[in-house]
Amino acid sequence: MATQAAETPTSTPDAVVVRFAGDSGDGMQLTGGQFTLSTALAGNDLATFPDFPAEIRAPQGTLFGVSAFQINFGSREISTAGDAPDVLVAMNPAGLKVNIDALKPGGLIIIDTGEFTKRNLDKAKYDVSPLEDDSLAKWDVLAFDISALTIEAVKPFGLGNKDALRSKNMWTLGLALWMFDRDRAPIEEWLKNKFKSKPEIADANIAALNAGHAYGETAELAGPIKQMNIPAIESEPGLYRTITGAEAVSLGLVAGAQLAELPMFFGGYPITPASAILHHLARLKEFGVTTFQAEDEIAAICSAIGASYAGQLGVTSSSGPGIALKGEAMGLAIMTELPLVIVNSQRGGPSTGLPTKTEQSDLYQAIYGRNGDAPLPVVSCSSPGDAFETAIEAVRIATTYMTPVMLLTDGYIANAAEPWKVPDPDTFEPFPAKFLEEKNGVGEDGELLPYKRDAKGARPWIKPGTPDLMHRIGGIEKAIDTGHIDYAPDNHQAMTDARVNKVLGVEVPDQEIAAGEAGGKLAVVGWGSTYGPIRRAVDNARNKGLDVSHIHVRHIWPLPANLGELLKSYDKVLVPEMNTGQFKTVLRDQFLVDAQPLTKTSGQPFTITELDTAIEGALA
Amino acid sequence: MNEMTKIETTLKDWETDQEVRWCPGCGDYAILKAVQRTLPQLGADPSNTCFISGIGCSSRFPYYMETYGFHTIHGRAPAVATGVKLANPDLDVWLVTGDGDGLSIGGNHMMHVLRRNVNMQIMLFNNEIYGLTKGQSSPTSREGTKSPSTPIGSYDHPVNPCAFALGSGARFIGRGFDVSKNLPDVLKAAHAHQGAAFIEIFQNCIVYNKDVFNDFAAPKGAGDRQLWLKHGKPMLFGDPKTGFDKGITLDRSTLTLKVVDATEENWEEAGVLVHDQTDRNLAHMLIEMPFGPFPMALGVLYDDPRPTFETAVIEERAKSAAGKEANLAKLLAKGQTWTVEANEGHPTD
Repeated sequence: MATQAAETPTSTPDAVVVRFAGDSGDGMQLTGGQFTLSTALAGNDLATFPDFPAEIRAPQGTLFGVSAFQINFGSREISTAGDAPDVLVAMNPAGLKVNIDALKPGGLIIIDTGEFTKRNLDKAKYDVSPLEDDSLAKWDVLAFDISALTIEAVKPFGLGNKDALRSKNMWTLGLALWMFDRDRAPIEEWLKNKFKSKPEIADANIAALNAGHAYGETAELAGPIKQMNIPAIESEPGLYRTITGAEAVSLGLVAGAQLAELPMFFGGYPITPASAILHHLARLKEFGVTTFQAEDEIAAICSAIGASYAGQLGVTSSSGPGIALKGEAMGLAIMTELPLVIVNSQRGGPSTGLPTKTEQSDLYQAIYGRNGDAPLPVVSCSSPGDAFETAIEAVRIATTYMTPVMLLTDGYIANAAEPWKVPDPDTFEPFPAKFLEEKNGVGEDGELLPYKRDAKGARPWIKPGTPDLMHRIGGIEKAIDTGHIDYAPDNHQAMTDARVNKVLGVEVPDQEIAAGEAGGKLAVVGWGSTYGPIRRAVDNARNKGLDVSHIHVRHIWPLPANLGELLKSYDKVLVPEMNTGQFKTVLRDQFLVDAQPLTKTSGQPFTITELDTAIEGALA
Repeated sequence: MNEMTKIETTLKDWETDQEVRWCPGCGDYAILKAVQRTLPQLGADPSNTCFISGIGCSSRFPYYMETYGFHTIHGRAPAVATGVKLANPDLDVWLVTGDGDGLSIGGNHMMHVLRRNVNMQIMLFNNEIYGLTKGQSSPTSREGTKSPSTPIGSYDHPVNPCAFALGSGARFIGRGFDVSKNLPDVLKAAHAHQGAAFIEIFQNCIVYNKDVFNDFAAPKGAGDRQLWLKHGKPMLFGDPKTGFDKGITLDRSTLTLKVVDATEENWEEAGVLVHDQTDRNLAHMLIEMPFGPFPMALGVLYDDPRPTFETAVIEERAKSAAGKEANLAKLLAKGQTWTVEANEGHPTD
């Protein structure tokens, strides 16, 4: 947590949390994204949290139209986007109203007074302007007319007021860059590239950026605004970039397909927040990727199954509602034992729920949510960077075991960015896929046995088009070895067992401990995007001398073989998750441990404070 | 695509060792035989042929074909087949579906596979009833069809499968019926068509909807009730024994079709239309031609190819990949990067 800025304002803090908030049309996500880039280039560790409305263009100035972007950056390891901002940049009254309560006492508010008109104050449901009463007294307020300053700065470019005001976000970014002593050059380069065909717009934005920067430099504001230099974190040497979860999943799938030596087929249907994966992959055709925007979620998975059947790596991706539609087809992939990767970017549910907010409430759906005994392996990623390796792992399991695999990510990971040490692809062990080329029955003229299993329980992958290996597969129960239709009682028992055992037999690395040691008073067990806050809270507690460890599970199904014994070595087990306690129930069921839930379903990630309190409560 | 080397096979080579499990007397048997008879004539290669089906009586078809086969889930065969064709455009794909599978639960996929024009043959067995689930009315059941789900008769208006296909953008529409000796010719034309070829095959469900097509499919009087279309030939019909005595013409005042008396000798004077299979408007009129006052239009109603979806996908992929190198290390390091140098005394792990 970045508490030091407020507590000891004269010293340089080791981390700062800044939140940009404004109207969804104000370009807050762009501002945040560019600030993130400049911060990463300055060598800070960071984590971000974009928080935007579901409406593309919500009515201007309204409370539900507020879009915010929070970044936590510092010279030490940053594991979350931060609980409470040290600095809030409010581009309009609604942005202030929605975000002010989060601001740390003593924190700094930067306000564009140009937007504090009667009309905007009414829309934000302010009876009196907060600039005119004492409601902001516990914070430092820096209020000036950013709108007017922006119009002034871009005057030479002959833009109308409306267009000129669109550069407000760049003016504000310029000021923020000055505050934290950041380099403007990469942003200028980005603007020139973005507005390549409209150089006058690029120039106007650069002028606004420079004006904001100059304002900080020359205004000699004797108030709360001071330049701070957050030094670079001491990171492991190497090449770094920033990456979002959606990018990392896409790159991991491409890397996985290369390691499996397969072309990839991606069938997708637009849905928030999963669409970004389709968009990324659509631009990677040179890697043997085919992307197909299907007519619906069902067609998306079915086309991927068809592609897998024909010998490619089939991949589909969606979010909870779409995953529900794919359920029957997942059963088909399980029955026909074809490799397939299903990515679920979880969001708040049920039904349409909270499309742009994060949740981890599809865990039951992932493990259990199909008709019949329909087991499939489930892996989850814990951060944007971790999504890369998890995606490779999903491809490895799918192709090695001839099974669909569910990869769980969530809206937070999909959109959040973090610095990522670029991995060397040569360090990953290839797992080339094998196709059956001739009949595999016993003896010289042995018949073809499409369901003959190898030592891992996997059946052979047979591409249609291979000479003389014609055979039929489908969703009806299969006879052992031959794969012919077979409804016999013993056969269904044996095939159900074979499918269950194959998945339970998936080789999963032993569970490691993220922080702490085996045995002790308390284990905090998480999965997915709760990694950051749990890790920070456990570190805090351990620094205070508390006996607590952090275990973070990637392999949700099957679970690591040592996990049960490991959990039993602690007096207490606490499971924080952004649902009503789903993984807690799985752990209790699988290991008969007294796992206790800590649940949150507000659409927002856990704060570190919430976890600090829960850990202290569990140990009290 | 489908530029395959011709292979010598016989009907037997296309039969599997699986016991065929349709009801005795089912029209599906005749269709199966027609397909097994047609494939050797096409010089098709069983190793390169793939039958893909959904759910229903018709969808058991792949189990009886000694080819690659995929019996998928209800209504979704077009989506699975699209993935198969995009992954391997060289496979010769046949889709088998029914009126419930292809037009009810799978109507959406049917529309899209047709409008995209994925290169495959789509055989829709239309028996106007749900057979495998024991006889409920289907989206093609005629109004008033009595069934377990519509005990006093169905009251929803049926869909015309060929009109649906044409409206969806299909570029080949053929029609036949199970026991017709002309069915193999329709299948051959469909196979020759590059793109999605839609074939409606009227199929007699002898248990739940027996003989509903007899009014035109029964051998007796068939000549008067069947109009077999041939590209470039006049639309004449009638008893073959006595010779054609009727034809189809266009009433120019109402822009509708009309039956007129005409023979092979005087059809031109009678204004009988010549079938142009590339004429979409004509195809639409023939498809919508009400049976009763008119004969049933059969054969190749429409055939006007355009580039297939796979070709477009392959071209787009090539264009998008042109000049780009598939270098994973470079891809991972794309965008703005920075390097952290090793500091002296910095703990590296």
